[in-house]
Amino acid sequence: MNALHGAVPIAWYLILSALLFSLGVVGFLIKRNLITVFMSIELMLNGVNLSFVAFAHQWHQAKGQIFVFFVMMVAAAEAAVGLAIIIAVFRARATLAVDRIDLMKL
Amino acid sequence: MTAIFPLWLIPALPFAGFLLNGILGRRLPKWLVTGIAILAPLGSFVVVLGNMFGMFGDMPWPIFLSSDFRVVENVGTWLNVGSLHVPFSFTLDHLSLLMLLVVTGVGFLIHLYSVGYMEHDGAYWRYFSYLNLFLFFMTVLVLSSNVLLMFVGWEGVGLASYLLIGFWYQKQSAADAGKKAFIVNRIGDFGFLIGIFLLIANFGTLTFSDMAVQVSANPALAGGVITTICLCLLVGATGKSAQLPLYVWLPDAMEGPTPVSALIHAATMVTAGVYMIARTHFLFDRSPYALSVVAIVGTLTALFAATMALVQTDIKRVLAYSTVSQLGYMFLGCGVAAYSAAIFHLMTHAFFKALLFLGAGSVIHAMAGEQDMRKMGGLRKKMPITFWTMTAAVFAISGIPGFSGFFSKDAILASAFADGSLGKVLWFVGAVTALLTAFYMFRLWYMTFFGSTRDEHAHPHESPLSMTVPLAILGVLSVCGGWVAIGGGFYRFLAPVLGPRPEEAGSMEYGLMGIAVALAALGWYIAHRLYHQKPGSAQALAEAMPATYKILLRKYYVDEIYAVLLVKPLLMLSRFVLEWVVDFAILGGLAWLLGGTATLGGAILQRWQSGNLRSYAAWLALGAAALLLFLIFGHAMGQNFAIAVRY
Repeated sequence: MNALHGAVPIAWYLILSALLFSLGVVGFLIKRNLITVFMSIELMLNGVNLSFVAFAHQWHQAKGQIFVFFVMMVAAAEAAVGLAIIIAVFRARATLAVDRIDLMKL
Repeated sequence: MTAIFPLWLIPALPFAGFLLNGILGRRLPKWLVTGIAILAPLGSFVVVLGNMFGMFGDMPWPIFLSSDFRVVENVGTWLNVGSLHVPFSFTLDHLSLLMLLVVTGVGFLIHLYSVGYMEHDGAYWRYFSYLNLFLFFMTVLVLSSNVLLMFVGWEGVGLASYLLIGFWYQKQSAADAGKKAFIVNRIGDFGFLIGIFLLIANFGTLTFSDMAVQVSANPALAGGVITTICLCLLVGATGKSAQLPLYVWLPDAMEGPTPVSALIHAATMVTAGVYMIARTHFLFDRSPYALSVVAIVGTLTALFAATMALVQTDIKRVLAYSTVSQLGYMFLGCGVAAYSAAIFHLMTHAFFKALLFLGAGSVIHAMAGEQDMRKMGGLRKKMPITFWTMTAAVFAISGIPGFSGFFSKDAILASAFADGSLGKVLWFVGAVTALLTAFYMFRLWYMTFFGSTRDEHAHPHESPLSMTVPLAILGVLSVCGGWVAIGGGFYRFLAPVLGPRPEEAGSMEYGLMGIAVALAALGWYIAHRLYHQKPGSAQALAEAMPATYKILLRKYYVDEIYAVLLVKPLLMLSRFVLEWVVDFAILGGLAWLLGGTATLGGAILQRWQSGNLRSYAAWLALGAAALLLFLIFGHAMGQNFAIAVRY
């Protein structure tokens, strides 16, 4: 048992993780700007990542950490593709409000 | 024994013509359509002739009449259900050979005639594709080795008949006549089908030769079941061959083009019923009762139709009733077990009645579509070829000695006379009918060709060569067609299939012949008096007996009686019960119910599909939250559920 374990119990990590995730959900639901929505998704992903890392550290297993690397990698790819789509949408519609991008075609 | 040319070629050639003209005809040039349409029946006729000469070629004239041959060609398997085997197989024997010669020979002549007759019709290609289709089904009917394949041809010729009666479907009366023919034939076909089912149940096979073997192997097989089967087959035959009580469609069928009336409604299709009875004669032979019914139906039809023909003024309708009447003679022949005599009359009738129709067509063509005989007259000089060929046919059907109809009608009447006491009565009715026949045919002859032209607007002219050549050939056949039976050669030829001709009346036959000739001459004389010497006297006679004249003119009100007894109640039933209750209320209600449910469900479900991205996300989040709650608090519920499942 090292100092860190004693100092911060796992529940705190989990609470922070849940807070981050919930903030992401709320942001996703209430924001209209597509980029903000995108950032909310990143926030949710990182909230989940935090709980992964915390559990991995708690149980002394590498699986959780490896999983986090995968999530980050996919998130990076998603960001690249997503931003490309956002640019394309903006060029076509001159707007990034999600409410107005609802015709399923450019 | 095998055929020189495969038998399947006989139906296949017209079928190929039907496909080519039916699919491509609209785009093909007219000469090519004509070529295809003419070559198909000619090819079939050549195949039939080739097979005949292949079989008889090395035999001298009288010997081949007694030769026995039978070619069965198996084209493929059709049905193999349990113990029932129905192959696609064709039989060429004496009976089918003779029928094929008539069908393809007369068929070819009528195709040739149609080239001239239908020249100006817009749907030229459609007409010939239908005509080839008819020939395909007719040859299948004739060649078939079993009842079921025969039924295919039977239904097929009905279809072709329907299509051709309603050929000018823009005309309401033609469309109605087509439907009438089809529906009345369905009634007969119902009887035929029941007969087929009974045959399967009792014989386990539908092949004619197998059934014949079974019948001859079992002398006790008679009465009950056989009578029922025969009567069912007779119902089918009355429909197709226009006998009482199902003859009503044939006069209306005259709405079709005249060559169609000649080919389908005089020479070939309507004789299918006679052919069918002759084919299944081994069954009828075992049921004297059914035979008597056949004879009585035939005789009554002959008389009944002949009386209706007396007063008709439409030239084609006279011939239509005359066809019904002559078919009645054939049924009389079958009914007294003189099948070969019936087939003989079938053949000569095919010649002279096809000629009468084609001649009438030539007249109608010349009169620019006029069919009313009261407006004709004096055509003798203007259309000599038509006049002389028609004269041959009129003499043939009236039974003037030496002409074809004389021999065949005489054979039937003689056989009837020899057939016991009932036969004597039938002979008498048949002889009276012969008098009526001579009268109405000479009436037609005088009204059309003699006297003076009654319509000043018409400019009659002789028909083109493609029409007069078939007339001439059929004219020769109408004169000489009966000579094949002199000395009994014709009957000996058919004997291997139809059995020997029953006992003749012997020396009585010459007496009967004399009576028949006297009656024919009397009919001619009356027609001569009424329509040639004193043209107004027929009118006076009609006015003297207004009730009789009216009943005959209105054809005994049979159509009206059928309308009141059958058609109207059926239509009422259809309208009130089937249309309103079943269709509108039950089926319509069901459809509304299903449609309403779907609409309602859609109205509810479509709210989910708002197209709003954030609402989707909210639903997703809510669903995830619900799942989470279930995982945390639903544990106890899940256990209860698991327990419930276990017990």
